[in-house]
Amino acid sequence: MWRDAVVVGGKDLRVEMHSRVTTTQVAPYAILVLLLFGFAFDQNHAILSQAAPGLFWMAVLLCSMLAVQRSFALEAADGARDGLRLSGLDPAGIFLGKAAAVALQLVILEVVLGLGIAVLFGTTFHNPALLVLSAAAATVGLASAGTLYGMVAAGLRVRETLLPLLILPVVAPVLLGATQAWMAALGLTTADGWRWLTLLVSFAAIYVTFGVLSFSVLVEEA
Amino acid sequence: MDQVIHFRSAVALAGRFPVLAGADLDVARGEIVLLQGANGAGKTSLLRACAGLLRVAAGEAWVLGENLVADPRAVRRRIGLFGHSTALYEDLNAVDNVRFAVRASGGAVSAVVPAMERLGLTGRLTATSVGALSAGQRRRVALAVLLARDPELWLLDEPHAGLDAEHRDLLDVLVEEAVGRGATVVLASHEADRARRLAGRIVTVAGGVVSAQAPSLSPVQPEATAHVA
Repeated sequence: MWRDAVVVGGKDLRVEMHSRVTTTQVAPYAILVLLLFGFAFDQNHAILSQAAPGLFWMAVLLCSMLAVQRSFALEAADGARDGLRLSGLDPAGIFLGKAAAVALQLVILEVVLGLGIAVLFGTTFHNPALLVLSAAAATVGLASAGTLYGMVAAGLRVRETLLPLLILPVVAPVLLGATQAWMAALGLTTADGWRWLTLLVSFAAIYVTFGVLSFSVLVEEA
Repeated sequence: MDQVIHFRSAVALAGRFPVLAGADLDVARGEIVLLQGANGAGKTSLLRACAGLLRVAAGEAWVLGENLVADPRAVRRRIGLFGHSTALYEDLNAVDNVRFAVRASGGAVSAVVPAMERLGLTGRLTATSVGALSAGQRRRVALAVLLARDPELWLLDEPHAGLDAEHRDLLDVLVEEAVGRGATVVLASHEADRARRLAGRIVTVAGGVVSAQAPSLSPVQPEATAHVA
């Protein structure tokens, strides 16, 4: 399983390195989203600083849709999914590899967006440990849930429009938990951010487990 | 005789439509079998069922000793399917595509370069993104995948399509060499003359069933075929 995950994840990242979709399209899109939020709030730094965690994770969430759609668009072209199935790869390995590749792209985006909110919204970071751990757990949760539902939608003609409808309600706990954890980490609330981290870790664990166990059925039925 | 494919009354569905409606097929190790039939007869479905990509819903389906009805995944690593689509990634270059396919199927990466050289994929062609290659060149990359994987069962769906004359001839040589190494080949082709020269037996598919079989020593005549009940 782990070997297959490395093979699939490596392939997806290699495709990304060649196509540069994340760096030339998704990252600029994410920055654009932040800028538009800034314009919408009339560059009011007090509001923007308070809303920064929510805006950040909303932007990450939107970008995760693009990353997941891209990940499965690769497999839809020219019978690549049949090639993947015919290779005899462990479906759990396919899941872990694709989720890891999406997660790595999201990490890069989060670094860019993190710099973006620091510069654009004047955000300062108070609790780096909580910030990084909650970001890691939220990223794994988004990537695993996205990969799972990406595979569900993969075989459908309406997958591009269906995927956000499937994923957005499911990842609402990630948006809530990550925003609250980051508000605590940024010193914007006195609430206990570590409790929200527990929610994020639980969400990630559930979806990684569910993906590993169910992907064989999804790969066959897609 | 060592059976590589044994289908009895195999039924496979596409949605609710039976693309295989009780197909019977036996293929022995080392055979080259040509599937012929009109468009929509079920040739591609039969090949995909043999590859475990199309689930057999009823009947018997054994390939390389594995029961595909119980576990269609069991046999896939030992099968190569060269079909209408190339299963290549456009953003990867040719050598990365072949290397990934070989790694994914657990094959030896050392076979990649010799296979590509055999298909004339050398120099700048190896480093060119597949998306920038011509249709024929893409077919050659897909063929290099098949050659590098060197599976026990070659399933070829219109294998000559898109190849120039030189590489059509090369494909025939590769098929004969594979059989010489102990592989078995089932191909579907509308290029009747070329495919009949290659095949030892012709199986006619119609309406999702095998309707007739005959040796391929001479062009098939309807009255010369042994009709399957």
